[in-house]
Amino acid sequence: MLETEFMRLALGAGVVIGLLAPAVGFFLVQRRQSLVGDGIGHVAFSGVAAGLLLDVSPVLTALVAAVLGGVAIELLRSRGGTAGDQALALVFYTGIALGVVLVSSAGALNVDLFQYLFGSILTVTRTDLAVIATLGAVGLATIGLLYRPLAGATVDEEGARVAGVPIGALNVTVASLAAVTVALSMRVVGILLVAALMVLPVSAATRIAWSMRSAFGLSMAIGLGSALAGLSIAYYADLPPGGAIVLVASAGFVVALVASWLRGR
Amino acid sequence: MPLAVELDRLSFGYRLGQHVLEDVNLRIGQGEFVAIAGPNGGGKTTLLRIALGLERPSEGKALLFGEPAHRFSRRRTLGYLAQRSELGGDAPATVREVVSAGRLAAGGLLGPLRRRDRELVSEAIERVGLEDRADTPVRTLSGGMQQRAFIAKALAAEPALLVLDEPTTGVDAESQESLAALLDRLHSDLGVTVLYVSHEFGAVEGFVERLVLVRRSVLFDGPPGDLPGLWHDPSHVHARD
Repeated sequence: MLETEFMRLALGAGVVIGLLAPAVGFFLVQRRQSLVGDGIGHVAFSGVAAGLLLDVSPVLTALVAAVLGGVAIELLRSRGGTAGDQALALVFYTGIALGVVLVSSAGALNVDLFQYLFGSILTVTRTDLAVIATLGAVGLATIGLLYRPLAGATVDEEGARVAGVPIGALNVTVASLAAVTVALSMRVVGILLVAALMVLPVSAATRIAWSMRSAFGLSMAIGLGSALAGLSIAYYADLPPGGAIVLVASAGFVVALVASWLRGR
Repeated sequence: MPLAVELDRLSFGYRLGQHVLEDVNLRIGQGEFVAIAGPNGGGKTTLLRIALGLERPSEGKALLFGEPAHRFSRRRTLGYLAQRSELGGDAPATVREVVSAGRLAAGGLLGPLRRRDRELVSEAIERVGLEDRADTPVRTLSGGMQQRAFIAKALAAEPALLVLDEPTTGVDAESQESLAALLDRLHSDLGVTVLYVSHEFGAVEGFVERLVLVRRSVLFDGPPGDLPGLWHDPSHVHARD
């Protein structure tokens, strides 16, 4: 498997996304915002469509759209007097509707679009990997630096706000990190499955962890394992890599659920 | 006595013309242990949010330690315990992890906690008697113990003002008594100003120096012993409607 360059590049991208997606998703899941990644994914779809229409790199336009969508969800939720799920629905549907209109205008209902919807990790180039690795490293470093306030705010957001912790800035940071993760993950698992890697490893880890820090570490480990195992299975069984990765993550969740059930007996 | 909280002719409404609070005057001195009670929907939590500077009054003024509450410059000296339903995520945060969150504002946001911060976290855990459970996930503890962990989190900030919003909701009667006794001890030992907000005041009545009954305005403000007997039944406050 490693003798082919496309698999080496795919595994490289899988390692970065396998670590980054659950690391960002951890803080979304703890705030009960598991579907935010999905909402941002739909906005990213409109970004891809805009890129195809304007003949600009769809990853770049998706990144811009995703960041704007992520920040919009957060601002609507925190300042707009809109309930979190309604803010999400508003951005979610607007994103997908805009995407459909733009795709139709670009006449791009074709294979190019499907690569972004379902992932195309086996076509990752060296340049793609360099972008994914660089932005992924920046994302992971940001989380490492801000782990304590991010974790503290999930324990008691209102208490932290009263004590003067800049909760608004932290929430916008998480939304922006989620957007970057979505844009980078498009090539690996596709827009339609992008949120799964942000949520499933975290849900699995939360069931078997013994502390918040261990839950965070286990989330990343399960995400990494899912990405590598899913890619390997896809290679040998000739399956779509995005679907294989997410199915492995789902299996990981079931295993964790059974383990926690057995431990509780 | 220098004032910790000063609310002067304060009114507030979430919608125009509908006052949740009307002409509220309240002065709480530094070092006092005060219970604010009243029916659900009577404006207690709103009053608390204005006192802490999270909302701005439509009329009147709110001061914290002499400064406008919404621009209070020493926020790190405020310890706040939100209602239980607003606390915690899904991850199994241990007692030590929860209490460490109390050092966020005072200990700096970036990087790991310093040694002095870790010592303060351990001291706070010992003060509430949870040193044997420091590495236990909070969600596996009883309701009373969980509240102790969150009180320790507030204490870790070395607060000048400790505010607790409905701390006994969902906690059994025995734990309520023990929680009230713990707060009384912390108040005596640390000299911290304690503001205890609840729709019922039974558990703390024996410990607080002042009881403030709120339903849109202040209906009673004085020692619990002076409270008219009828009002010891919180339903009476509703019945007046």
